[in-house]
Amino acid sequence: MNHPIDSLPEFENHAEQDTKFTTCYMCACRCGIKVTTEGNEVRFIQGNPNHPINKGVLCAKGNSGIMKQSSPAKLRSPLLRRPGTERGAGEFDEISWDQALDILTKRLKHIRATDPKKLAFFTGRDQMQALTGFWASQFGTINWAAHGGFCSVNMAAAGLYTTGHSFWEFGDPDWDNTKYFMMWGVAEDHASNPIKIGLKKLKERGAKFVAVNPVRTGYQAIADEWIAVRPGTDGMLALAMVHVLLQHDLFDDEFLVRYTNSPRLVVNTPGQQGDGLFLRDNDGAALVWDLQSEKFVDSDRVDISPALFGDFVAPDGRPVRTVMSLLADKYLVDEYAPEVAAKACGVPAETIERLALEMAHVAFKESITIDCEWTDWAGRKQTQFVGRPVSMHAMRGISAHSNGFQTCRAIHLLQIMLGTIDCPGGHLAKPPFPKHIPPHLKPARDMAPNTPLSSAPLGFPTEPEDLCIDGDGNPLRIDKAYSWDAPIANHGLMHMVISNAVKGDPYEIDTLMLFMANMAWNSSMNTANTMAMLREKREDGEYKIPFIVNSDAFHSEMVNYSDLVLPDTTFLERFDTISMLDRPISEPDAACDSIRQPILEIDRNVRSWQEVLIDLAGRLDFPAFKNGNGENKYQDYKDFIINYERAPGIGFLAGWRGKDGDQHLCGEPNPKQWEKYIENECFFKYDLAPNQRYMRHANRDYLELAQKAGWVGSTDQIMIEVYSETLQKFRLAGQGLYDGPMPTDEQHKQRLTEHFDPLPFYYQPLEQQRIDKGEYPFHAVTQRPMFMYHSWDSQNAWLRQITSQNYLYMNRDECGRLGIDDESWVWVESHNGKIRAQVKHMDGVEANTVWTWNAIAKAPGAWGLKKDANESKDAFLLNHLISELLPPKASFADITNSDPITGQAAWYDLSVKITPAAAGETGAWPQFDEVKPLPNQPSSPAEISYATHANVNLKRSFKDILTRGAK
Amino acid sequence: MKLGLVIDLDTCVGCHACATACKQWNTSGTIGPLSDQDPYGKDPNGSWLNRIRTFEVKEPEPLPTKGQGCGSQKFDLHALATEGTSALLSDASPASKTVHMPMSCMQCEDADCVTVCPTGASYKREEDGIVLVDQDKCMGCNLCSWACPYGARELDEEQGVMKKCTLCVDRIYDQALPESERQPACVLSCPTSSRVFGDFDDPTSKVSQLVVERNGQPLMPELGYKPTNQYLPPRNKEAVAMMAKTNEPALSKLKKWANRVIAR
Repeated sequence: MNHPIDSLPEFENHAEQDTKFTTCYMCACRCGIKVTTEGNEVRFIQGNPNHPINKGVLCAKGNSGIMKQSSPAKLRSPLLRRPGTERGAGEFDEISWDQALDILTKRLKHIRATDPKKLAFFTGRDQMQALTGFWASQFGTINWAAHGGFCSVNMAAAGLYTTGHSFWEFGDPDWDNTKYFMMWGVAEDHASNPIKIGLKKLKERGAKFVAVNPVRTGYQAIADEWIAVRPGTDGMLALAMVHVLLQHDLFDDEFLVRYTNSPRLVVNTPGQQGDGLFLRDNDGAALVWDLQSEKFVDSDRVDISPALFGDFVAPDGRPVRTVMSLLADKYLVDEYAPEVAAKACGVPAETIERLALEMAHVAFKESITIDCEWTDWAGRKQTQFVGRPVSMHAMRGISAHSNGFQTCRAIHLLQIMLGTIDCPGGHLAKPPFPKHIPPHLKPARDMAPNTPLSSAPLGFPTEPEDLCIDGDGNPLRIDKAYSWDAPIANHGLMHMVISNAVKGDPYEIDTLMLFMANMAWNSSMNTANTMAMLREKREDGEYKIPFIVNSDAFHSEMVNYSDLVLPDTTFLERFDTISMLDRPISEPDAACDSIRQPILEIDRNVRSWQEVLIDLAGRLDFPAFKNGNGENKYQDYKDFIINYERAPGIGFLAGWRGKDGDQHLCGEPNPKQWEKYIENECFFKYDLAPNQRYMRHANRDYLELAQKAGWVGSTDQIMIEVYSETLQKFRLAGQGLYDGPMPTDEQHKQRLTEHFDPLPFYYQPLEQQRIDKGEYPFHAVTQRPMFMYHSWDSQNAWLRQITSQNYLYMNRDECGRLGIDDESWVWVESHNGKIRAQVKHMDGVEANTVWTWNAIAKAPGAWGLKKDANESKDAFLLNHLISELLPPKASFADITNSDPITGQAAWYDLSVKITPAAAGETGAWPQFDEVKPLPNQPSSPAEISYATHANVNLKRSFKDILTRGAK
Repeated sequence: MKLGLVIDLDTCVGCHACATACKQWNTSGTIGPLSDQDPYGKDPNGSWLNRIRTFEVKEPEPLPTKGQGCGSQKFDLHALATEGTSALLSDASPASKTVHMPMSCMQCEDADCVTVCPTGASYKREEDGIVLVDQDKCMGCNLCSWACPYGARELDEEQGVMKKCTLCVDRIYDQALPESERQPACVLSCPTSSRVFGDFDDPTSKVSQLVVERNGQPLMPELGYKPTNQYLPPRNKEAVAMMAKTNEPALSKLKKWANRVIAR
């Protein structure tokens, strides 16, 4: 602003201030931030304008970092449950780090030397899974995973088994070019700022934004069209649109022939071994029918014109059909007609048809081209990228249903039919994705004392032989991931660990080690029972889970149920790595990673968890952490990060590698790598060349770079899997037709036979199949408010002023019918239990759906909150109503309430009934005992008056008062 | 100069980033501190200079356009400004579109909050039109907040003085900040760039242009305070063209498909 600034005082003493860059950690977006400090306090946190993720903007949470840092709930020292007191009673003694690490080392050494699987190590909002997973494999336990099993595994798995990338973390809509954007389900929590930035771009360009969601809030509020779909029926909606596209011949057949497996021939011999598998030659190559030579030929050949449709007889006499012929038969039937879908989804048939025809118009009549010479997978020069500018995004709303994997595949199929995969205007991959389908990494299975695993605990099965089961078919992992319960459980089933361990099914464990996971509260299904399970004892008086170790930065409900508490730092007090090896911050046109650096000095006896892990690795003699002479190989976390190489030249950080820091993506360790990152505002961005930015599944220019960087193993074309032969192998196992491991249990056979369809399909969510829908007529789902995206900050003194109580939002007309007044209290009951909640009327919610903000409720006394805080008196958790098990079914064993393919927790499948509470029945129910304050915890202030310096008042002169009067 | 904000209701998703960015900057700013009462107890509440109101309106009818007046039956902005949420319309048909409405000081040209101030603490700056409260002269009598129809002023309980938006006067003129950052904290932070800061006296400024292009309007102009801040109403998206239907019989379609030769 041009202004006579001489008249203004100096508001800020910049000489007393310092500015540093780092990375936010208040949610999973990992925005770049610029932090101004004054003394050892934060003056201001702002978005870093140069950062690839947030481009200068910041969300409500990021802007409230000061209150996170000044929370009275920060842990202050290691704590040990006081001997002789009960777990959950909240009696702790402050101990030293030496004591804490001695206790832990002794215990873990014994486990490692005897039976490593007795350690279960599960992490919550972990952003360093490459490190924690490596740690677990060095320890030698397969019982490791992060929280993906109850978060997003359906999205990641469906993407990685279909297109090679996925929604959210491994892919993004092409915000700059898309003309039609469809957002499926609640997405406010994944992602935050990048989607907001993207939506603005769409609106400015006049692109259409369609929101498919039972609830209209948040991002949906600004959509051009709202489709009020019934929860859990999105798969039907997507496939009805596929039906319309097929019916009117509106699909990208060139894309399907060149980039997908849809011309491949499928053996059609129902009831026989080999049915549904690809026809292959003697070398194992999948075959297609070449319309030029009129022969069966290797589908990978360049010089062919494969038939997309057709029925043939294989040389050995077996009937075969192309994938596309199967697909047309499957979706052109009435089952997926819009009129039928309308009944399931609650979306009018004409709307379903119109949406499909609109998208087809944009894809095929409004396509865009970008002139750019690129080399395709076969080495052929191409002169342009053709864009079909329709894009989509989906996340939790699809993921958290027991049909989420197949639903997500259905949405990907819709994208594939429209040819919108990694093209301009379509759904773009983010490096290091796309990967070959699925990534070539199998879950580890074999364990031995004092021996690292031969691979990472998690991986991508492609056939029943890859399962983690013993010779009798019993699960090897404590969470039963990769068992017949959930064969493709790529992220594990964290939500089953406590329940399984307490039952000793499949076995008992000794130590449960958690990081940043609130399993005694909002991160568990069935919360009240989970708390009881954590207290359950064996006949000999020992806890069924004998030892619980927890690292967290704050006094969460889980801290209260821990035996040994290892206090973590806040995100402003630590070094961290957001690595290309696990969950990088890449953008579609750039490979990116980033770091955190300490902004503030630590004023408590706390250590960052990653530092503790490196320390423990040395104490436990992990081979990868020791030199030949038995000395520790790495001094600390920073030393480990820059010097550890997963493969020659490939390490945790991709930027400024090589001795002189002049190599990117691949190169020798650079001793000054941290300094280079700090110099460069704590992130690294490797821009892809224009010829490497699209069609990367079949783009040699890109694949050669990806191979060099270690992102893919070869430059072979990444063949998009419309048809999943992997799923069919599991289905054959369920049918008793597989030449390999097969389940013996009837329930498993049924689950495999019904759900492992090699083509996406719709089925009613599993819980709903086992309850009386007449008794529980409402779907109940949750969202996170944008200002509390991710839940470990709800104690934030500023954010809780925006919302400290959640309500049950119900359709106004339904409330009228049921006689439920606005702001009245109701009982909400499921097959698993009941709660009391306060209702608010709303019009923008589908009639059969009720919803609420998740994880607002807190146990009294936790998180530094006073016992009368709204979060514990009036707010409620829906979690109590959700069982971790499916409702029982006669003659079937108890089984996880999860997607039968991936093990994704099905917490959006919940059905409830709602009845008005009696007069006088107010307040949330159930209520819980007050969590005791920790021994060294400061009392929470009655008032905050935060400022890093005394304000410099802008005085009004008396002259101004006299001459201008009231003006 | 006439400094103020344009707020785009077409793209505001109600994320509250502007509110907390404001709180964060200003609690250590010229108007600070902004205290919080019972921050960890029941009904926490503190001083804020910017709050987001959320309400449902009917769809597809847009917000009233310029000239129709804001106090129309569509929704009652006066109720919004004074009561916050739940300023809902009649139940005749579902009101299924959620509108998020950030509210802060409108920097009115004829500001009653200034006129009623008995100590001369509240004033409107001649140079740029920013309405300020001299924190040393304010005695916390609350008259100004009663005079403000927008609910934009909040008495700080701990300090006993009035707080309000300063348009980050302590940022916008600070030559030590990079020029691109000499903006109100809410504007810098807004993830959907739904807030734009500038000089309404300059017809070439972004704010002036947006008001013309997007039919920007003030809140409750009928009250006569001449608010400077302007709101851009939600856009009406025109229909997207549809692909024609073929409705070819399945058999002929399959034949056609089977004979299509596409080179790999």
